[in-house]
Amino acid sequence: MAKIHVTTKINGEDAEFLCEPQQTMLDVLRDELSLTGSKEGCGSGDCGACSILVDGRLVCSCLMFGAEAAGTEIMTIEGMSDGDTLHPLQQKFLEHAALQCGFCTPGVLVASKALLDANPNPTEEQARYWLAGNLCRCTGYDKIIEAVMDAAAEMRGE
Amino acid sequence: MNYLGKDVELKVVGTRPIRPDGVEKVNGRASFGADVAVSGMIHAKVVRSPHAHARIKSIDTSKAEAVKGVQAVITGADLPDIPSEEAFVGEGPANFREMSHNVIARDKVLYDGHAVAAVAANTAAIAEEAARLVEVEYEVLPHVISVEEAMADGAPVLHEDMFTQGVDPKPTKASNIAKRVEFKLGDSNAAFAKADVIVERQYTTQPVHQAYIEPHACVVSYNPDGQAQIWCSSQGQFMVRAFCAKLLGMDIASIRVMPMEIGGGFGGKTLVYLEPLALALSKKSGRPVKMVMSREEVFRGSGPTSGGTINVKIGATKNGRIVAAECETILQAGAFPGSPVGPACMTAFACYDLADVTAFGYDVVSNRPKVAAYRAPGAPISTFAVESAVDELAQKLGMDPAEFRLINAAKNETKAAYGPTLKDIGYVETLEATVASEHYKSDLGEAPKGKRRGRGVASGFWFNIGGESSGATYVNEDGTVSVVSGNPDIGGSRASMGMMAAEVLGIDVSRVRTTVGDTASVGYSFLTGGSRVTFATGMAVTQSAEEVRDDMCRRAALIWEIDAEAVEWRDGAAHPAGENAGKFDPLSLSDIAAKSGRTGGPISAKCSINAQGAGPGYATHICDVEVDEETGHVAVLRYTAIQDVGKAIHPAYVEGQMQGGAVQGIGWALNEEYIYNKDGGLDNPGFLDYRVPVASDLPMIETQLIEVPNPRHPFGAKGVGEVPIVPPMAAVANAISSATGVRMPNLPMSPPRMRAALDAAKG
Repeated sequence: MAKIHVTTKINGEDAEFLCEPQQTMLDVLRDELSLTGSKEGCGSGDCGACSILVDGRLVCSCLMFGAEAAGTEIMTIEGMSDGDTLHPLQQKFLEHAALQCGFCTPGVLVASKALLDANPNPTEEQARYWLAGNLCRCTGYDKIIEAVMDAAAEMRGE
Repeated sequence: MNYLGKDVELKVVGTRPIRPDGVEKVNGRASFGADVAVSGMIHAKVVRSPHAHARIKSIDTSKAEAVKGVQAVITGADLPDIPSEEAFVGEGPANFREMSHNVIARDKVLYDGHAVAAVAANTAAIAEEAARLVEVEYEVLPHVISVEEAMADGAPVLHEDMFTQGVDPKPTKASNIAKRVEFKLGDSNAAFAKADVIVERQYTTQPVHQAYIEPHACVVSYNPDGQAQIWCSSQGQFMVRAFCAKLLGMDIASIRVMPMEIGGGFGGKTLVYLEPLALALSKKSGRPVKMVMSREEVFRGSGPTSGGTINVKIGATKNGRIVAAECETILQAGAFPGSPVGPACMTAFACYDLADVTAFGYDVVSNRPKVAAYRAPGAPISTFAVESAVDELAQKLGMDPAEFRLINAAKNETKAAYGPTLKDIGYVETLEATVASEHYKSDLGEAPKGKRRGRGVASGFWFNIGGESSGATYVNEDGTVSVVSGNPDIGGSRASMGMMAAEVLGIDVSRVRTTVGDTASVGYSFLTGGSRVTFATGMAVTQSAEEVRDDMCRRAALIWEIDAEAVEWRDGAAHPAGENAGKFDPLSLSDIAAKSGRTGGPISAKCSINAQGAGPGYATHICDVEVDEETGHVAVLRYTAIQDVGKAIHPAYVEGQMQGGAVQGIGWALNEEYIYNKDGGLDNPGFLDYRVPVASDLPMIETQLIEVPNPRHPFGAKGVGEVPIVPPMAAVANAISSATGVRMPNLPMSPPRMRAALDAAKG
């Protein structure tokens, strides 16, 4: 079958790629575009390690076809910091030791950004439910929640 | 030397700097096993058995080989037949021949998911398609899943050449019982006569998977000159090298293993699955080969930890002294021998000072994936049973469970049932901290209608190990320092290595960069496991930094033309030791580094040791639950982990180990289990149906670090990573008992089981 030519925007820059019709967005990011920050932990939308934003919406990129990226704006973990300046969430994750192995971290950070974009002042419970789709096996989530709440406070200027 | 004592002022150890590998882990640039790409790389997939137990009659690979883009197909016949030999590296008992047969089946498949062939092709999609065309003819055999079935008379036998070890007389008939072990002190049988109260009960636990989020992955390049390079995520680059060399019949020096970032392991990455297959495929195809497991393959084809059946009997006097204790632990090993039954028995009563105690157990094979290490292997299983029984005994005696444990607690000079006399332990301190804690004294609050609240405590023990480790310290030309560790960093150890070196050298930790060396760039290190890295590799790194520091004193002496003994190292610089040494301005590390060419050349030191004297870890956890009487759902409302950590080098990562371990234990307690169907197939090989805890299941996990230093480590460190998973199952079960009056002896305490138990109690 012929490959599909897709034109899209990734991390603020125009991008184009060729993909097989059945290729997932995760495989396109990792294999075609060398953006390996998004991880495959399950391939079934259960772990959240491949989380990206599509037109601002939180999506498991393993559940999306590459071809569906056409005409959208995608944000991956590689687009989270502003040049050399880390996003406040990234900085707080480092300060709070909110990562151990770091494999789930890109997905957790993207999902946390989506949370704070939608709700700059979440309660701990709201943060826990929002991040319930992102599995972390190392931390027990404690320091992740601390970091998200601290980043939210800082971004609100508190 | 050591840096203990009250007069030693630590500037780096005990602080919370940002880890050296942090930024690349928050911006997506860290490179894990599956992120590697090399020139000319192709992709391979494994063909796995759909049967729990079957004889392989034939394998026809011709159709797969005919697919356009397929480069090589291998079966068990492509790996050398190697003799039975005990593995000399790795965690837990293992045998190279069995390892080889686990990596790829020979004449029989022994579990659903057992590898039988592998296909390498230009793309992963082609490899997957061709793998489906490998035709395997099976003769399906009767299978056994549970230990009870496996031990029954007339059970289908997995290995015709396996005779139970450790029993007298030696059996003449093959069985599924690989061995019996026993640890004993005094005469427990007779001592029960002294007991006023006895608790005796059977408990069961289910196999649970380590469930690291990163599936196994590797890239292997075998070159025509017989040299191979392996990039993979594992808990030991030297383990991968040795196992691959053995399984492929290669020299160790012909394999170089590059440790990639590891996305969680918890013991599950202490052995090989894909690497030997990728090596054989690379050799056959002449191309570098990449292999990545799917999540389903991780569940079906890699090792969970054992499920077990545990029979416990404990007797105490009415004033609360335990006088006799016995524990029988039967563990599933999976398809090949090697369950952690030894450590399960050894740890069962290690929290207590007992004169008359017996712990024995059986290692039993059945048609399940071969178990792998999982955080404190064996201890959580026996401890769930013993700590539940201890709680029940306290209930019967009408005593506070923490006070009851204090009466019986192991202390310094206690002779443990498994052999040694305990030294420098902090178990009593964890219990005292429990009793004194705000959590333990707090009110549970009123439960909403239809729900009940309760609080439980439980304790746990883990040996912690030392062993062979290497580290190196290099002073760079500009006065920065490179530290190389021989162990994959699974939870922040690069940070603690760099901190210990910075402390020794008296410089800011930001000037030290720690990396994990590949097998050709650092000396041998036993794998990352047994909570050993901060202890043993930390000791090697500390000693290498000390050697560098002493060398810099010698260099300063040369520059000043005085005796080396007349120089001392202080605050990152060489100083004359006293008035008599002469008057010189201090020479900083940077000054000495800049002049190293004139004082003897580059400044560096390597250290390889066999670290002895690891201090055992003890923990006590407090858990509050709320049980929904209608649904049987158990919510954890509040949780505190209290642990003797020796000395926390980087307290945030120590807390992280405690929190992560506690939460894995909560998952083990409430949800996680392998579910097999009647055909011996695994029914829940995915995160949807194998449910690990998610953020909304949990409260914050409070931690309290108790520091009873281990004098055999320069900074007093003890292993901290494993003991946190030991107490949670019993802590949750004991909390449920206190909430509902119902004792839950079978894990997981999932909603259907909880509801059924509540219904049964109502009558």
